[in-house]
Amino acid sequence: MTFPIRIFVPKDAAARSVGADDVAARIMAEAEARSIEVSVVRTGTRGALFLEPLVEVETSAGRIGYGPVDPDDVTGLFDAGFPSADGHPLHLGPVDAIPYLARQTRVTFARCGVIDPASVADYRAQGGFRGLEAALAKPAADIVEDVVASGLRGRGGAGFPTGIKWRTVAAAEADEKYICCNADEGDSGTFADRILMEGDPFLLIEGMTIAGLAVGACTGYVYIRSEYPDAIAAMKTAIAACEADGTLGDDILGSGRSFRLHVRVGAGAYICGEESAMLDSLEGKRGIVRAKPPIPAIAGLFGKPTVVNNVLSFAAVPSILADGPEAYAAHGMGKSRGTMPFQIAGNIARGGLVELGFGVTLRELIEDFGGGTHSGRPVRAVQVGGPLGAYVPADRLDLPMDYEAFAEAGFMVGHGGIVVFDDTVDMARQARFAFAFCAIESCGKCTPCRVGAVRGRETMDRILAGEDVATNVALVEDLCTLMTDASLCAMGGLTPMPVKSALTYFPEDFDRAHAREAAE
Amino acid sequence: MSVTPDDRSASLAGADAPATTDDVAAAVADVCAAHGDRPDALIEMLHAIQARLGHVPPQAEPLIAARLNRSRAEIHGVVSFYHDFHTAPAGRRVIKLCRAEACQAVGCEDLANHLHRAHRLGSGATTPDAAVTVEDAYCLGNCALGPAALVDGELQGRVTAERLDRWIAEARIPRGEAAE
Repeated sequence: MTFPIRIFVPKDAAARSVGADDVAARIMAEAEARSIEVSVVRTGTRGALFLEPLVEVETSAGRIGYGPVDPDDVTGLFDAGFPSADGHPLHLGPVDAIPYLARQTRVTFARCGVIDPASVADYRAQGGFRGLEAALAKPAADIVEDVVASGLRGRGGAGFPTGIKWRTVAAAEADEKYICCNADEGDSGTFADRILMEGDPFLLIEGMTIAGLAVGACTGYVYIRSEYPDAIAAMKTAIAACEADGTLGDDILGSGRSFRLHVRVGAGAYICGEESAMLDSLEGKRGIVRAKPPIPAIAGLFGKPTVVNNVLSFAAVPSILADGPEAYAAHGMGKSRGTMPFQIAGNIARGGLVELGFGVTLRELIEDFGGGTHSGRPVRAVQVGGPLGAYVPADRLDLPMDYEAFAEAGFMVGHGGIVVFDDTVDMARQARFAFAFCAIESCGKCTPCRVGAVRGRETMDRILAGEDVATNVALVEDLCTLMTDASLCAMGGLTPMPVKSALTYFPEDFDRAHAREAAE
Repeated sequence: MSVTPDDRSASLAGADAPATTDDVAAAVADVCAAHGDRPDALIEMLHAIQARLGHVPPQAEPLIAARLNRSRAEIHGVVSFYHDFHTAPAGRRVIKLCRAEACQAVGCEDLANHLHRAHRLGSGATTPDAAVTVEDAYCLGNCALGPAALVDGELQGRVTAERLDRWIAEARIPRGEAAE
């Protein structure tokens, strides 16, 4: 071949955390030493994180994968004929045929891991901006109604219909409106926002721009947590590339319409993932939760009507405009329409991102995709929906991932994060952690959350010490009721969810009488 | 002996020359000007000041307040609210160990115990030679490849006690020897 062979190595933070940078450097060094002409393209991740670093080679038969490639494997790969090393144990065959990826329904994450996240041209060549072009061709009200018709619900956890929110902002009269993207993905077990921003940042930019056109806003902010330096860099690079390309700025794609986007970096406060605390933080203040009403759609950033959506909500919008709301709504079950990027994490053999229509069961995700626990021990509990989500016991894994089905069972789908624990987990300790985490991260505005979390942690300490267990468990239950009913936001209001699920499904872990006896 | 974050300035006396009053004033003036003295950019400003000085010195607060036409209490309220901002310098190497649920499921508590036992480094503590600071993080977004840590801003996956030991040992080599 006369042209350089294109080799793809992710620069996603998770891939880099297990050596992707070294792998890319070793590939370039080996290729040069052997006079093989290659060009190494750094992409995002495909989401099959257990295969990272996943190296892909472009061939006439599509991309061929190798993984997980340790830096020390690179020389051996070249000895076996790399970039064409069919006989090597790390050879995975065509990437699109890897079962973990082939069995997914990729809509939002279709380009992730495929394109160069710094290249507008790459994005456009892979179908990018079709949604924006469609949006520019129709009245603003029709954009909103398309989003309503798609059935898209907020992917940040609450599941509120996105189109309805947009309708409210569009109807509000104001001299200025804002589009705010909540990219403060603080929930443990979630990383879909990060993967998207690092792997396909243009999709988020396109979705936010469409939102601006729909509601009449010319300014957008992406609020990214400081724990995600790679995502911050990728978004800034992509925004600059779009400005140079004319897809952001005062004349979007020659339409005469204006939209500008700014990145704002959080400062390590979990509560800023709550939308009103995030707005205060964007205004340069402490991230304190606001009382509602007024809702942000009426009085949000700087008191102006504001669309606040999660990364994945905005990222779902371009395909809805490009392919029609019916195509999006065709996925899913019941009132949960479209696809959801589930994230399988914790003690899991094959962790990663799995985008599928709603309705897939927890068992399919954990066993078929995830391959069971990393430790090889039995699954005991699965926390779904982040630190404020319930611990689902192993005998309830046949539950379908659907907002209503989960709510009916007393659980929460949330952001689609799934954290698996094996049978060594101590559920009373997990219940204590739920309170402890709330105590660390509470904004302090309302008493049930600020004081309740501390009291809950202290009471759990007594239970763990085997002190008057029955009385203290009753106290914890009482506290949970109070926090649920009286907290200002989901932080205090949902902290009882993991605690109560632990109490309900794992009561044996709270019976610490033996701990007391052993101590005496 | 380990020290708590509040003791950092004391422990660092003689280790690194602290920022002078002039340094602080210059940093505040430059950073605030670069952000147009806009109060809504306060968090960005604090990040920039911390990037330049290594921390946000208390004497910066009244200077920022004057630039932004805000009270010192408002500035202090923001500095003290966010976990990221430190009022005293950290060690030369900062290890942020994830302590959230997904990393708990793969043993991050054992790693925290190891740091405590083997290195006397509790959460927020700095070694007496100002080499290493250990902090807790609550989710670094690497939940499928945990336990995770952020070492000098670089995300690490599948962290083990041996790797923690190595990162600490690297940072504790006296600078003179490291140069040889």
